Amino acid sequence: MSNEMTATTRYSQAGDEFLFVELNEEMTLEAFFRSISITQRLRDMALPGIIEICPANASYQVRYNPDVISAGQLQETLEGLDRDVAAQQVRTLETRVIEVPVLYNDPWTHETLMRFRDHHQDPSATDLEYAARINGYDSVDAFIEAHSATPWFVSMVGFVAGLPFMYQMVPRERQIQVPKYLRPRTDTPKQTVGIGGCFSVIYSVRGAGGYQMFGVTPMPIYDPEGDQPHIDDSMIFFRPGDIVKHRAIDREEYDALLSAAEKGDFKPRVASFTFDLDAFSQDPDGYARRVKEVLYEH
Amino acid sequence: MSIEVIKPGLASSIQDKGREGKYHLGIPPSGGMDQRSLIAANLLLGNPEGAAVIECALMGPELRFNEARKVAACGAEMTPRVNGEAKPLNEVFEVPAGATLSFDFVKAGARLYLAIEGGIDVPERLGSRSTYTLGSLGGLNGRTLQAGDVLHILPAHGHATLGRCLPDSLVPMFSKHYQLRVVPGLYDHRLMPESHKRFYEEDWSVASEADRIGYRMKGGTPLSFVEREPPFGAGDDPSNIVDACYPIGSIQVPSGSEPIILHRDAVSGGGYAMIGTVISADMDTVGQIQPHQKVRFVAVTLEDALAARARYQQDLEQLRQMP
Repeated sequence: MSNEMTATTRYSQAGDEFLFVELNEEMTLEAFFRSISITQRLRDMALPGIIEICPANASYQVRYNPDVISAGQLQETLEGLDRDVAAQQVRTLETRVIEVPVLYNDPWTHETLMRFRDHHQDPSATDLEYAARINGYDSVDAFIEAHSATPWFVSMVGFVAGLPFMYQMVPRERQIQVPKYLRPRTDTPKQTVGIGGCFSVIYSVRGAGGYQMFGVTPMPIYDPEGDQPHIDDSMIFFRPGDIVKHRAIDREEYDALLSAAEKGDFKPRVASFTFDLDAFSQDPDGYARRVKEVLYEH
Repeated sequence: MSIEVIKPGLASSIQDKGREGKYHLGIPPSGGMDQRSLIAANLLLGNPEGAAVIECALMGPELRFNEARKVAACGAEMTPRVNGEAKPLNEVFEVPAGATLSFDFVKAGARLYLAIEGGIDVPERLGSRSTYTLGSLGGLNGRTLQAGDVLHILPAHGHATLGRCLPDSLVPMFSKHYQLRVVPGLYDHRLMPESHKRFYEEDWSVASEADRIGYRMKGGTPLSFVEREPPFGAGDDPSNIVDACYPIGSIQVPSGSEPIILHRDAVSGGGYAMIGTVISADMDTVGQIQPHQKVRFVAVTLEDALAARARYQQDLEQLRQMP
């Protein structure tokens, strides 16, 4: 089993300061789980010369000081961690479950997407209508239900400061997939919820973007000013490995939550959780219900 | 003391040596794109080598000093002027109280580093004073300078000596045609072998989209990819990968047409194949290339990169030992 799992690993030198490691060419929960497990162990080792450890969806990257640790030594260490992770009997991850309230079909992303219809595959439909149709849902509401009913794994944080990439925790045949815009937009509202490929994201800042836009969240996720109590000194709310459950809200609740956020009084619903990869793989739907129970049992 | 920004210049921002350890949350290192020139300007003045300076791109700012203060300007050739009178680069000079410091349009190189005795006083954010504009973080209000801004300067330490200058051997040489050394790898197996070979045999020219995030290159033959069934989650374009981290200095090739070298304000990840990484010793050079200038990529081994790195560090050591 361990050979099978580590056989897809590919190490590549990226200049003299980065080692890039692809765990799988395609996105799988297994590859992500390995990325998060290996990088967590590497972090715990606190090796001299390791500068930054960046887990991603199905790969990860380490920035190191080659004057302190050689590329060869680093790769040997990582190969060892890869084997350890592959050999472990119990594959669990200590993490959090987080509720993200979303105003779907909101006026701001709607106004923005209408400005960029000439960048889109289907200029006659909205992003939600297009995504619902190509994923086989008979209405926008059914699509919103599919997006918000299942949990999503934060598989990477980045692109720009604090932006979470999330991977839907359902069997592959049920995963929502949409292409990115034909040409990127020059504008995306802050805290837009959208999807590109199989990844759902929340744009942490206003700016360029190419993902289909479905709604906005009033929840602050990036805090350069340091005035949001639910975000620590790193200024970033999300961490790779977090589990997210979106919840559809109406305009009234959105306005109330936004007003709380503006006063530095936003209280996200968060619960501690031990994720078990094998339990999830055996019964994804049952596991999704369990995640929801954890979030709402208090 | 303080400095008032009369005209901001093209893209002037406060930078130091940058911040480490937050790339996994999407926050790139930032910091001066030409670290050697930033360090040189600070050391000339007797500042700590990582004091915050103003990075001036192509067209410098116009600044009014409310008190006299010694300064040093290193990097791109943009003649400094005090009330219109030319002053030398790479040498300590004084701006009198009430005087205006301005710069001529750039003659060579792309970025000048203006250090001020004491250093610029903006708060450290995540361990650095550097500006990261995409994230509205650091520097002055997380953005480039604007007319009317007031920069506060830390107290003068009194170690700056008028006329102290860089030895000729440490003054950077600029060109119109650069060679950038690259360690091939990452997703270069996605390229057709002849396309991969040609990438290193052609001149590329820097597009007008060349900033702190990255340098876009054009003019070379579009790259062609090995055919494949797209891996799940990657996207349909042949240049797509499952979104991954982007190393600083990596060269990505969206749709194979215009390669982009990511620099110190890089987007930290995304879904485009990268085909190699510019070595750390050549990253300062990238920051000094102007739009429309020519670049040839040269494939080197990791050993070559490490040897170049050692020479780069010797250069820095010479700066630190400067008389």
